[in-house]
Amino acid sequence: MKIAVCIKRVADSETRVKTGPDGKSLDEAGVKFVLNPYDEFAVEEALRRKEAAGPGEVAIVTLGPAAAQETIRTALAMGADRGVLLQADRIPADGLETAKALAAELKASAWDLILFGKMAIDDYHHQVGPMVAELLGLPCVTSIGHLELVGRKGVAEREVEGGLEVVEFPLPAVLTTDEGLNEPRYPALKGIMAAKKKPLEVKPAALGPGGIEVLAMLPPPERKEGRIVGEGAAAVPELIRLLREEAKVL
Amino acid sequence: MSNVLAVLEQRDGTLRKVSHEVVTGARRLADGLGGSVEALGLGTGAVRGTESLGAFGADSVVTATNAAFGRYAPEGFAQAVAERAKAGGFGAVVFAASATGKDLAPRVAAKLGVALAADATDVTVEGGRVIVTRPIYAGKALLKVKLTAQPAVLSLRPNVFTPVQRPKAGAAQTVSVSVAAGRVVVKEIKAAEAGALDVAEAPIVISGGRGLKEPANFKLLEELARAFGGSAAVGASRAVVDAGWRPHADQVGQTGKTVSPTLYIAVGISGAIQHLAGMRTSKTIVAINKDKDAPIFKVADYGIVGDLFDILPRLTEEIRKLHG
Repeated sequence: MKIAVCIKRVADSETRVKTGPDGKSLDEAGVKFVLNPYDEFAVEEALRRKEAAGPGEVAIVTLGPAAAQETIRTALAMGADRGVLLQADRIPADGLETAKALAAELKASAWDLILFGKMAIDDYHHQVGPMVAELLGLPCVTSIGHLELVGRKGVAEREVEGGLEVVEFPLPAVLTTDEGLNEPRYPALKGIMAAKKKPLEVKPAALGPGGIEVLAMLPPPERKEGRIVGEGAAAVPELIRLLREEAKVL
Repeated sequence: MSNVLAVLEQRDGTLRKVSHEVVTGARRLADGLGGSVEALGLGTGAVRGTESLGAFGADSVVTATNAAFGRYAPEGFAQAVAERAKAGGFGAVVFAASATGKDLAPRVAAKLGVALAADATDVTVEGGRVIVTRPIYAGKALLKVKLTAQPAVLSLRPNVFTPVQRPKAGAAQTVSVSVAAGRVVVKEIKAAEAGALDVAEAPIVISGGRGLKEPANFKLLEELARAFGGSAAVGASRAVVDAGWRPHADQVGQTGKTVSPTLYIAVGISGAIQHLAGMRTSKTIVAINKDKDAPIFKVADYGIVGDLFDILPRLTEEIRKLHG
């Protein structure tokens, strides 16, 4: 099986987010960057599918700054075979520009599967995977929590409000992965050492201007200071009164 | 290019409530752009509930029908919406950022060759351009962006755009479209517990954390949810999801769902930064925790300090009285 996994370098989920001097982007000082958690499920799934199928390849593709090479090395340490960095100083605000750059790279090979995390925990775009599928004319199932492949057919389950959609699709396909699909492995020391010698190609990303202009990155509105209503079950009637009369939510 | 297309959602032939929010958001944009709102349903026939959309500001309702549109058909829906968007020359196309909208909107944007601003919590029009505010880093920051391409394609976070009655005499028409259903086929929807609400869409969310001590004690939260008469969902912190007490679908936080209910009740949750990120846009927050210094009390409007095993049954009893 020949599988491409598109990943992203993101600020760790414990980051205290501060706006940088341009007023439009993250202040990266002191921020720890990691492999996007949803992409870990994609990397893990690719490795399992390749291992089950025998011969094949798992290639990691990302768009990002030079430092994203470290993120690719993390995926290589998990067991992927090679990496490609489409280098750009900035990740585009318009996800379609990212999708176009990835699609241009991906269409050079024939893949059985192209996997993405369902979203990145920084920009919450939730869009690059299905956009790449559209650009490549491939079937796509997003946010999958369960996957079965039999020959050239697949069945995936995806969470919808109040249930699970059971979706059938043919290969080749683009899939985006959700938590619950698998339990991603930790890179072992041997993998980390091996990853250093695996091929990692760096080339410039071709990016257009895009259709989104960032005006400002703002802190979320402060919540007004709340109050402790009281202690223990005796405080419940007062809480109910406040919810009805002050907050007017009951 | 001043008209707005509002893409509706249905399940089993009935309009989903989130569609009222989509029409409300679309109306707001159309007022700013000086145009009208066309609501677009997709189904095997007329979608029940669309007749009421005039009241929320839709000028017209169009239903694209296809024998394969009983369930969500990703490729067929995307084709039908993109064709309608092109044919109608719309200035904006609005989706819900629901499970379906998150799947459908990027496909449509890619077909139209334009950007998608996903998960908007505010929309305005300035100088004829659509401006979207959307949470990033799970709500630890907001990004304000201008959509410079036509049409502006955006999705709205559920529960944020409170439906507003804006009566318009909408003329409903049903259009049959002929599109291939596509290669990706939804075979069935395995329903969760009957009537179960999703935490991302419920108007009331009651979340539990480590303070509940063991998985079985979540029944206290479920009883409280039931006391609200079907408008509440039970959520969970990452700690208890990681421990396997609750399914991932219920997780509220940066690596789970971001929610904006009218009322959020955090029970036995200390308030890690990644949890707070997922619920701080709730309209009213109540925290119940035995530690008076827990960070959750910093974002809560109302807090009760004490033993949740005493407090919850009393709260459930009082809520039952209100809804009884």
